[in-house]
Amino acid sequence: MAFAFDYAPAPESRSVVDIAPSYGLFIDGEFTEAADGKVFKTLSPSTEEVLSEVAQAGAEDVDRAVRAARKAFGKWSALPGTERAKYLFRIARIIQERSRELAVLETLDNGKPIRETRDADLPLVAAHFFYYAGWADKLGHAGYGPDPRPLGVAGQIIPWNFPLLMLAWKIAPALATGNTVVLKPAETTPLSALFFADICRQAGLPKGVVNILTGYGDAGSALVAHPDVNKVAFTGSTAVGKDIARRIAGTDKRATLELGGKGANIVFDDAPVDQAVEGIVTGIFFNQGQVCCAGSRLLVQESVHDEVLDALKRRLTTLRLGDPLDKNTDIGAINSAQQLARITALAETGEAEGAERWTAPCELPSSGYWFAPTLFTGVSQAHTIARDEIFGPVLSVLTFRTPDEAVAKANNSQYGLSAGIWTEKGSRILAVAGKLRAGVVWANTFNKFDPTSPFGGYKESGHGREGGRHGLEAYLDV
Amino acid sequence: MSDSRLTVFKTYKLYVGGKFPRSESGRVYKVSDPEGKWLANVPQSSRKDARDAVVAARKAFGGWSGATAYNRGQILYRVAEMLEGRREQFAREVADAEGLAESEAEAVVDAAVDRWVWYAGWTDKIGQVVGGANPVAGPFFNLSTPEPTGVVAVLAPQESSLLGLVSVIAPVIATGNTAVVVASAARPLPALSLGEVLATSDLPGGVVNILSGRTAELAAPLASHQDVNAIDLTGAAGDAASAKELEAAAADNLKRVRRPRPANGGGDGEDWTADPGTHRLTAFLETKTVWHPTGALGAAGSSY
Repeated sequence: MAFAFDYAPAPESRSVVDIAPSYGLFIDGEFTEAADGKVFKTLSPSTEEVLSEVAQAGAEDVDRAVRAARKAFGKWSALPGTERAKYLFRIARIIQERSRELAVLETLDNGKPIRETRDADLPLVAAHFFYYAGWADKLGHAGYGPDPRPLGVAGQIIPWNFPLLMLAWKIAPALATGNTVVLKPAETTPLSALFFADICRQAGLPKGVVNILTGYGDAGSALVAHPDVNKVAFTGSTAVGKDIARRIAGTDKRATLELGGKGANIVFDDAPVDQAVEGIVTGIFFNQGQVCCAGSRLLVQESVHDEVLDALKRRLTTLRLGDPLDKNTDIGAINSAQQLARITALAETGEAEGAERWTAPCELPSSGYWFAPTLFTGVSQAHTIARDEIFGPVLSVLTFRTPDEAVAKANNSQYGLSAGIWTEKGSRILAVAGKLRAGVVWANTFNKFDPTSPFGGYKESGHGREGGRHGLEAYLDV
Repeated sequence: MSDSRLTVFKTYKLYVGGKFPRSESGRVYKVSDPEGKWLANVPQSSRKDARDAVVAARKAFGGWSGATAYNRGQILYRVAEMLEGRREQFAREVADAEGLAESEAEAVVDAAVDRWVWYAGWTDKIGQVVGGANPVAGPFFNLSTPEPTGVVAVLAPQESSLLGLVSVIAPVIATGNTAVVVASAARPLPALSLGEVLATSDLPGGVVNILSGRTAELAAPLASHQDVNAIDLTGAAGDAASAKELEAAAADNLKRVRRPRPANGGGDGEDWTADPGTHRLTAFLETKTVWHPTGALGAAGSSY
């Protein structure tokens, strides 16, 4: 489909962010090299350009960081809540001040469009710190007893799809409740956590309260296993989540696990088609589909299947894929070569198993990791692409005839994180929402997040909730 | 009554799917009081019995979780009524099981009745206490509601044969879950008799299923069962190694696990006479958050 006219490039300036050629680990308030001197490089997924070199934490560094966090725990947890709150408010404010810089940095390191880092990630990051800052001096009113106590040292492991937002989800409630943290960002997106370390210094946060260890899975594994870690918070794959659950069995360690999903986005025949199509696009193409709660299974009522699919394809041809720093870009780069290979392989499996593939017509840049928005029709519940989490811009379309069939198909998954419902009929929304086995249900909207709102899954999508009053429980001895 | 009258013994049976089957294995084991006096032969459930109980619990889940909280409360209260009516029988069974004096056993039964009443009252309140509207920064109606997690395997306390038993079952079903309960291995008689109470309390068949047997033999298949959503390991309190194995097995489908309180040298690790709080209710609840646009009418917030 040809456009009447092209958009002029509208790139956001890179000059607002100053990336150093190398970074150390952030332990006890200082940047330091890894004990064995190992480093690794972090790339910009849209250009494959090396952004920086960061220290690679090993078991010895994990031990050092946990000891620093333990040492800091006594004083931090003994601070009056109002004082802890003020530190968190400071952090929230500094994030707002440096929001432009962090948005550009995140886009460079992750590959997601600046439109999303600027308008979704960063405002939510600041909002999370504001929200939990307010809880720090009100914990006695949270419903967990008059004087709930922190757990101690929290070991936190976050993924690469929302590096700074996941950091905020983990660190804000932990600090508000008086815990100290050792956080390991993903190996492909370490930079924003290191910039956050600098924010902690600007905020005057006591040394050792927040420690950041950049590194690979082995560092995360050592963190989970460390005997002096009281709480494990993990967001990532279900396979790793199960492994963590096994390894902390028989210990006193608490865990919250935010794992995979295969969200069903259910479109009934009375749904307003244009709005539903926008919701489908948001559901699966937001952040290149690299979202655990993505609406990756579209369930369309049979009678409107063709109409919805036509409108959806028409809409997808207008999505702009390319330079993530361009303010007009809708679809950025896939985060890593490894992830691109996984998405590619699963899409090929979809074709091999007989589903019909349709790909939005767009030119892929010659360097970087790219995958055009893709949908599969004629998908059955047995297809791999209807069961496995793809974590990419790939939508599987299934059909249904009755609300009961929609519910049965939506619930036919090992996962239970999210779901969407599109219908004009309020009673149908309530009936279907009530029957869906999912932690978050979006009715006539999708992929909305808010710090006041608990988020988390049923079944193999994990344990516990993050966000809201519920998110405090994970960090309190209750 | 003539002194020479021979009493009628009771054949103790399992309680599964609202029925009273024998173990499919045909096995029984001897149950004695603390002095070693034989009390009864009870079914020694097999792994197959455990799987059958899970099927029954799953089948019952839709109806029970879909019942109104008020209705569940009525039924739980009815259980208390039925138990109260059998006070003497349970006092005798508890006295035999735990080696208590008559008055002590009566106090235990009274406390167990009161505990049913306490949880009966919670069914239609817990949603208000742990759920609610979230004030999100946008034009959305956003509501968090607690929902039952599904089928819960419960290892009943080994020592407290009735009060502990009731304390672990009632919160699981009060919140709309269904339960597969493994009774105390050495003291199963009050649990098997409780099945008879539940069967006459309007509780739909399959909501609670009670198995007697070797805890270790039954716990392992329940912990690794892919259609069990949560496991309460209270009854493994005296055996840390086994509790650890069960928790690790439960990770295969990410079951919710309620760890046992450490009990040094056996026992339950719990004080069943203490105020139970809401922990056992919330341990087997999920939180579902539903978002809906409110629309942003121009008149909203206007003066009037």
